[in-house]
Amino acid sequence: MAVTPLVGALFPRGVLPYLIGGLLVGLGAAIIYLSTGIIAGASTFLESTLSYVSDASRFNRTKYVRSRDWRVVFTLGIVAGAAVWGFVLSPDPGAWTTDVQPWRLAVGGLLVGVGTRLGKGCTSGHGVCGVGSLSRTSLVNVATFMAFAIGTAQLVAALGVSP
Amino acid sequence: MADQRSPWFMPAIFAGGLVFGLGLAISGMARPEVVLDFLQFDDFGLLFVMGGAAVVTGVTFFVATRYLDRAPLTASEYTRRLKRFDRNVVLGGAIFGVGWGLSGICPGAAYASFGIGNYPILWAVGGMFLGAYAQGFVRSRLSDAAPSS
Repeated sequence: MAVTPLVGALFPRGVLPYLIGGLLVGLGAAIIYLSTGIIAGASTFLESTLSYVSDASRFNRTKYVRSRDWRVVFTLGIVAGAAVWGFVLSPDPGAWTTDVQPWRLAVGGLLVGVGTRLGKGCTSGHGVCGVGSLSRTSLVNVATFMAFAIGTAQLVAALGVSP
Repeated sequence: MADQRSPWFMPAIFAGGLVFGLGLAISGMARPEVVLDFLQFDDFGLLFVMGGAAVVTGVTFFVATRYLDRAPLTASEYTRRLKRFDRNVVLGGAIFGVGWGLSGICPGAAYASFGIGNYPILWAVGGMFLGAYAQGFVRSRLSDAAPSS
């Protein structure tokens, strides 16, 4: 019982939603992998979708053009799955909106767009599938983005910007 | 990859995305505030999201690459996710980290965030497309100018 306050301090929202959510994220990737052999990451969608509207050679590489249709379907699936939780299954159904300022979302999003594509993956590609593959490239990438994300978030908080 | 697609190919992709998005929403990662709480050391729950997901994919990859033949819907071989290491992996990771720490949102979680009704997240999705376009535009120029790469 002595550990309960410590657990409460480290995990104020409890552990279960995080664990169940994480297992489902892995299960979603596993469904796609076992049925198609595809290792799905979420950020390639950003570039492969641009091939529909841009002639730039980077976006029109064969591997993007050949995967762009299912990547759109994968993304629509993510939106739909989250909507099923948010509007139907959640204990408190209904739309939820963030209090993070639009400028932080836009500037942060811009850097995420550059960084994930330059670094060959994001939280799902490197963080979940790459780490699951014990890839050294992915482990280095994850350690790097974690360190910079923690540093940035702490700095933002220290400057008094909230949430 | 995916040369011979079965009619069940797209339904399988959608089903996988559905479960993936459900997990992101349940875990709280679709809410930037929850991610920021983790990065600011107020709530360490996110370790269970990434850890739980990586364990599931790790076991799946291990079993499939060892004991299974080919993927039923594409006839593709099962492989692990091993990308070549270069300095862009570190540089890109650092830029991504600053963006993630500033906004609390990453690509998959952003799509899920829109799903839970968080329309302001379109600022982030727009930023991500702009960033992806900017790096792709520059790299297209560089590689088109080079003789071969």
